[in-house]
Amino acid sequence: MAEIRNCKVLVVGAGPGGYVAAIRAGQLGLDTVIVEGSRAGGTCLIRGCIPSKAMIHAASAFESLEAHSGKGKMGISISGKPKVNMKELVSWKDSIVNKLNKGVETLIKAAKVELISGWAKFRNGKTCEVSGGDKEYIINAEHVILANGSKSVELPFMPFDNNIISSTEALELSEVPKKLVVIGAGYIGLELGIAYRKLGSEVTFIEALDQILPIYDAEMTRPINLWLKKNKVNVNLGAKAKGAVTKGKVTTVEYVDSSGKNHKIRADKVLVTVGRKPNTQGWGLEKMAIDMDGPFIKVDKQCRTSMKNVWAIGDMVGEPMLAHKASAQAEVVSEIIAGHRREFDPVSIAAVCFTDPEIVGVGLTPDEAKKEGIETVVGKFPFAASGRALAMGAGSDGGFVRITSRKDNQVIVGIHAVGSHVSELSGEFALALEMGARLDDIAGTIHVHPTLTEAFAESALASLGHAIHISN
Amino acid sequence: MPQVKVDPIVPTPTAVSQPVSSGSRPLASPAVRRRAREAGVDLSSVSGTGPAGRISHDDLDAFISGGGRLAAVQSGIKLTGVEEHPVIGLRRKIAEKMAISKRNAAHFSYFEEVDVTELENLRQHLNSARSSEQPKLTYLPFIVQALVKAIRKFPQCNAIYDEEKGVVFRHQAVHVGISTQTDDGLMVPVIKHAEAIDVWDTANELIRVTSAARAKTATVDELTGSTITITSLGAMGGLGATPIINHPEVSIVSIHAARDRAVVREGEIVVRKMMNLTSSFDHRIIDGYDGALLVQELKSMLENPATIFM
Repeated sequence: MAEIRNCKVLVVGAGPGGYVAAIRAGQLGLDTVIVEGSRAGGTCLIRGCIPSKAMIHAASAFESLEAHSGKGKMGISISGKPKVNMKELVSWKDSIVNKLNKGVETLIKAAKVELISGWAKFRNGKTCEVSGGDKEYIINAEHVILANGSKSVELPFMPFDNNIISSTEALELSEVPKKLVVIGAGYIGLELGIAYRKLGSEVTFIEALDQILPIYDAEMTRPINLWLKKNKVNVNLGAKAKGAVTKGKVTTVEYVDSSGKNHKIRADKVLVTVGRKPNTQGWGLEKMAIDMDGPFIKVDKQCRTSMKNVWAIGDMVGEPMLAHKASAQAEVVSEIIAGHRREFDPVSIAAVCFTDPEIVGVGLTPDEAKKEGIETVVGKFPFAASGRALAMGAGSDGGFVRITSRKDNQVIVGIHAVGSHVSELSGEFALALEMGARLDDIAGTIHVHPTLTEAFAESALASLGHAIHISN
Repeated sequence: MPQVKVDPIVPTPTAVSQPVSSGSRPLASPAVRRRAREAGVDLSSVSGTGPAGRISHDDLDAFISGGGRLAAVQSGIKLTGVEEHPVIGLRRKIAEKMAISKRNAAHFSYFEEVDVTELENLRQHLNSARSSEQPKLTYLPFIVQALVKAIRKFPQCNAIYDEEKGVVFRHQAVHVGISTQTDDGLMVPVIKHAEAIDVWDTANELIRVTSAARAKTATVDELTGSTITITSLGAMGGLGATPIINHPEVSIVSIHAARDRAVVREGEIVVRKMMNLTSSFDHRIIDGYDGALLVQELKSMLENPATIFM
């Protein structure tokens, strides 16, 4: 017999949306239950953000060791070649994931939230059955927070199998594929493709659009293109995958290039990263009479769905599908349920690509600002002129910081950067936008020397026409 | 909670970095925005003294201490916000049911006043003499029981009209729906088989089903199956109303405030406790004359309360 559990708040999915919602609801004293079908942490922690960053870090460590082998670099050399043991690399990555997974479970418990493992299936808006875990439950809730997340899109003519894999499997490989074909040069494909290139794979990208990272402008993707070229990564733009045939361990991918010519390419693994879609199937969404917005659940500024006291957050409710957006919405929703007046109203949601070099984007690009009818001033500062970047061997990757501000009042509307370690600048960028900073605010804040953040202050000065370390 | 539209923001679904920033929204830090929301202040009506019109905590304090939104109204600033309230869930159900009733049933309403002085005396007496387990009696249990009696003479009023079949089902059982205001909206919990219980049990059932509706614990069974409905605005009462029939029933009775009123009895002006009864009937099924007779029968019983129990 299923145990009946009545609660105030039921959270479905313990990813960065769900677990944050549950912890916040618990902190606010609400009787809260969270149901997770796999492991606490969700895509982000178990098979996304965190494990991929571990892989990328390991790949970069390997790459730098390689640079020191033989003749060496910066006067440091090692004899012999470094080796990759992929199984050990993956188990090191798993140890990080396990630690964080346990950490999340502990935090959930500490917030007096009940974590139920199993698969929730809704009978109606407020009642679900949970099965597949240690015990079966029927949960009745006053409020339901849907945080079911998303999954990799599969190509119908190239279904996932042993060789054709999604980002999830790419983080679990037992050896480095000799030849890796990546379908889709968005941020997930690029991050993993670049990491495997560093680990020794021969990498080919097949991208349907005419540029990599289509959401960024050409100026920003240029440094990535330089890296790809320098590292002999084959990038086919305007090319469409047609299908794949696997014989033994080798898969042959067919694609049409931009001029309409057919090609065949052999691969040990084919990584398909053509996007992600919300998890809207298999848990009773159809029983809930909730309005949709295309593939996503329709919500308002408070993350309310069309059904009273049913809320949805994160990847379920639309772009950008980013962990930190889900977490921010999660806090808003739990606080509204607890009776506070809240709205999800960020000025911007920063996004980072852990490519080589890294990319950060906050707010509007100059093109986007123009489309909104804003007259802008754009100021840039190259890392080639940053002492800190040069001292880290990161001054020649073509990176820069770029500020887009309003011409009429200097208010900053967008900040973008490309370069080594720029992901760590994203917090200052986001803060500047949220606080409504003007160029003078950034220029007037003393930035520590020697750090990469100086480039931010210098790009503000460049916008004002008087950067110190470049000629204006 | 209503959604207040402030500034339309154009979503850009393809961009990973969702830019919401432009010149149209008030320039203020997250902390100022949060405080404003908690205080119910629309920041677009606050003037900022910072660079580029940025609104500081001090600006917000000054706005609030100066009367906040109230000041904005008094000083003639036009308010342009529109609150969007989706018609969903129970609200949508109510909207649909009411529209069906008004569209299909040929409503006619009939008003009468009832002298409840005797009933009030009886009620006071029963309440003062009741045991601790017995509920406090309001007018409603008496009216329910009087209605049960009256329906014996006018069974056509305790009925369900199935339009598709072209049949009126006259029920022997009297299941009395009680219109109840809840936090979510109007609900009609049902006192089942009112003909089989006394006035005390009617009072008990009344409390039980209406509390369940308000506490959102009422079962589907407790919220369906009524054959006639009573609606009451309780203490607020009012003079009269034109109730909408609880479709597919054919009769609804609305009771109003009992008040001391000057009335004429045997050529003298005297003070009596008077209550207005209003009612609506579906004229397709109930002729005006029959509906009026039912109400007169009710009036007669309530004015001579002993007859309710005979």
